[in-house]
Amino acid sequence: MSLYRNLSIRQKQVVWAWGFLALPIVFYCVIRFYPTFNAIVLSFQSWNLLGPREWVGLDNYAKLWDDPVFWKAFRNTFMYLILGTPISLVISFVIAYHLDKTKLLHGTLRALYFLPFLTSTVAMAWVWRWFYQPVPIGLFNNFLASMGIAQIDFLNSTSNALPSILLPAIWAGLGFQIIIFMAGLRAIPTSYYEAARIDGVSTWTILWEITLPLLKPTIVFLVVFSSIGFLRIFDQVFNMTTNNPGGPLDSTKPLVLMIYQTAFSSFDMGYAAAQTVVLFAILLVVSLIQLRVLREKP
Amino acid sequence: MTDIRASADSLMKGQSSARAAKGPRDPYAVLRWTLLAMGAIVMVMPIVYMLSASIKYPFEMYDLNIIPKEPTFENYTYVLSDGRFLRWFGNSFLIATLTTISAVFFDALVGYALCKFTFRGRTFMFIAILSTLMIPTEMLVIPWYLMSKSFGWLDSYWGIMFPGIMTAFGTFLMKQFFETVPDDFLEAARIDGLNEFQIWWSVALPLVAPALSALAIFIFLGNWTAFLWPLIVTNSQDLYTLPVGLTTFSVEQAVEWELIMTGAALATIPTLIVFLLFQRYIIRGVAMAGLKG
Repeated sequence: MSLYRNLSIRQKQVVWAWGFLALPIVFYCVIRFYPTFNAIVLSFQSWNLLGPREWVGLDNYAKLWDDPVFWKAFRNTFMYLILGTPISLVISFVIAYHLDKTKLLHGTLRALYFLPFLTSTVAMAWVWRWFYQPVPIGLFNNFLASMGIAQIDFLNSTSNALPSILLPAIWAGLGFQIIIFMAGLRAIPTSYYEAARIDGVSTWTILWEITLPLLKPTIVFLVVFSSIGFLRIFDQVFNMTTNNPGGPLDSTKPLVLMIYQTAFSSFDMGYAAAQTVVLFAILLVVSLIQLRVLREKP
Repeated sequence: MTDIRASADSLMKGQSSARAAKGPRDPYAVLRWTLLAMGAIVMVMPIVYMLSASIKYPFEMYDLNIIPKEPTFENYTYVLSDGRFLRWFGNSFLIATLTTISAVFFDALVGYALCKFTFRGRTFMFIAILSTLMIPTEMLVIPWYLMSKSFGWLDSYWGIMFPGIMTAFGTFLMKQFFETVPDDFLEAARIDGLNEFQIWWSVALPLVAPALSALAIFIFLGNWTAFLWPLIVTNSQDLYTLPVGLTTFSVEQAVEWELIMTGAALATIPTLIVFLLFQRYIIRGVAMAGLKG
């Protein structure tokens, strides 16, 4: 204690700083960095949890390259991303843009749009699964039947199942994106709009020349955020296809579900770890590309 | 920084955006409002149908009407009668609450240390913590599982909670917000003889209270709906969280959709109530955290 008393104010602060950081350093090392390292090491090994851990070099990656299920999952994961991100961003921007100009019941409308964001994905996956059932159970098909339109096979068709699972994921994320877009719209100084209006510029031109360019940081943030979300999709797929996870015929299986099954159904830990490393690489590349776009000056 | 808070605040003042008020009369106002209102109704339809199905008897379960002819609470009595839902609900609540307290505490502590103290290695620490944002949970679940297995953490509350007791996102967010706290305030407290922990706790923290509540909302929601890790780490039904329990329950019920909808409603209603009570704070918090993040 006397040792502490003899320190200068600056030195005391250094002691406090490391005191504040002591537990967090342990946490980040043990719960974040070591497991990352461990996952990478494991991806070069073969292990079924019971037998010995054996070094197998690049075998897991070679196996992945030759695995048709992996390529299917890879393709599906990108389908979720390529469909999900643009669709949800366009819809949420259109809603936010118009909601921003609305006064009547503004708060109520905003709350209704935001509500789905707070629901549990698992609960909603089951609600949508019910909607998608065939006649006489499913709501959508009952509705179609009442209009005299032919039934649609939503979840049991290899071509319809993926978009059907994507829809609730888009729906649940819209509220968040709308709020972020609206906050972004509010951050644009009104003087820009007034100046444009005095110059007699059309609404359409204002949107393309002022609003969208100034919203770029918001847009990039939402693109990164929602892309990462769609690349990691799991809850919806798992819950909407419990009788045959990722089915029919792996047509909805994303990488995370493949990882889950490889690790916790087949207990092929090394192979699953190799898949997680690939997922990590994909997320890294996608984020880096998008951050590069952010850096570019408009 | 202040821009973020100002624009999040102006979001709350809501009703009239200045530019809508000052502009010429909007010829499309009626059409715009009607379409927006219709969109809003479509958005909540899945939730409305879930709630409606949970108070219907099987005989009218598959009709398109929203208000049942003979409403009933039998589904709820049935689903709640075996006690598992209450247990799962309690588990989820306890886990989400404890994790939130821990994460907000430590994220604010680390964010403050990285913002207000000068020491060698500060930038390195910040970058190291920030870099963990790039590591997806999915990559860590296998090592976490192996770790939990060897430490005996499988099937325990601690096992479910430990990955989330600190977050890099929260640390980053809090560091950004502590930038707004003037150093003079801290210096004054130092002269008054407060130690550094007291300064953090009783001077700095109250000044960033809105940011703390925004972070708390985010972390609580994230833990309340978390699925993958609780699914992996729990084995016995007694330790399931609500989402994991709901999956198991729904698979058991197979085709009794009114019971599945009741389970789904039970998992959703608490968040709906919380949202209705704290709507303003929640939306503002989301806007604030989102804009900073």
